Amino acid sequence: MSPRILVLRGPGTNCDAETVHALRELGAEPELVHVRRLVRTRALEAFEGLVIPGGFSYGDRIRSGAVLARMLSHALGRELQRFVDEGKPVLGICNGFQVLVETGVLPFGQVGEPALALMKNASARFEARWVHLLRCSDSELLGELPEVSEMPVANAEGRVVLPPGRAQEVLDELLQNSQVALRYCTPSGEPAEGRYPANPSGSFWDIAGLTTPNGRVLGMMPHPERAFSAYLHPCWTSGRGTEHGRVLLQGFVRCAGRA
Amino acid sequence: MKWEVRVAYRRGVQDPEGETTKSALEMLGYGCVEEVRSAKLFIIEGECTREEVEQMCRRLLANPVSQEYEIRRVE
Repeated sequence: MSPRILVLRGPGTNCDAETVHALRELGAEPELVHVRRLVRTRALEAFEGLVIPGGFSYGDRIRSGAVLARMLSHALGRELQRFVDEGKPVLGICNGFQVLVETGVLPFGQVGEPALALMKNASARFEARWVHLLRCSDSELLGELPEVSEMPVANAEGRVVLPPGRAQEVLDELLQNSQVALRYCTPSGEPAEGRYPANPSGSFWDIAGLTTPNGRVLGMMPHPERAFSAYLHPCWTSGRGTEHGRVLLQGFVRCAGRA
Repeated sequence: MKWEVRVAYRRGVQDPEGETTKSALEMLGYGCVEEVRSAKLFIIEGECTREEVEQMCRRLLANPVSQEYEIRRVE
């Protein structure tokens, strides 16, 4: 069965076409839906998976992802909570990760007040570069992703901030539940330990991607849809291109197929 | 009625905009600068109560994890 996957679009979303293309290539049935139409139709439950793609929803006004997140949690909070509770897979890429954090869905799966923040990069710049990622969880959503993978990031607000004063406590909880799915690392797989540019944003504990405790909602700053074909990789002409984004999205589609 | 809402990073959260501004001011010769913190100012006009503005801050304008806010009635 090819799973129906809702790819959410709003004003300022700009990675939707490539995301839809990637999902279709992998045998899913993606449907691009504008957030206003979703609010009107409330058709979320007709889908087996949800992807919130990258971009600059609502022009990154107030904070990245903040406005689209309120559209979801205010107008569709119950539907979204049910979708998450049923264990249907949800993927937030870049701005989509920011949206899931702002809805409260990440990291603890509860629509409500945000429990962490994605803030301006420590470099105070927009960071667009390929990074290495260390796989730290066996979440099904990551599919057959190898221990060390490569994907590009492109964001200005990708720095994970845990509540000041309680950061270690929250990190311990995330680690206990295997919720840290991806960390920035060196090419050989050593955690970046905050060092730039391996960790491009200054993200706490090199966090690049997080899941809910059940591993069914994944938010990540790197773009799997931009690492979908070897020819998108900077070293493809020398035959060293990888397709790690395809591998990850394959895992997501498989998961949605079982939902 | 006119309200001003100032949203800034909480103490202890790195403020890259503030840091960059500080180093740029130092470059221009302002050795007197000890710290710069960035903040966003929202000016809200309308018949809103302080409680409503408080709610707006909690629900949208500030992320409670990394930011703090200050509300001031200006008119």
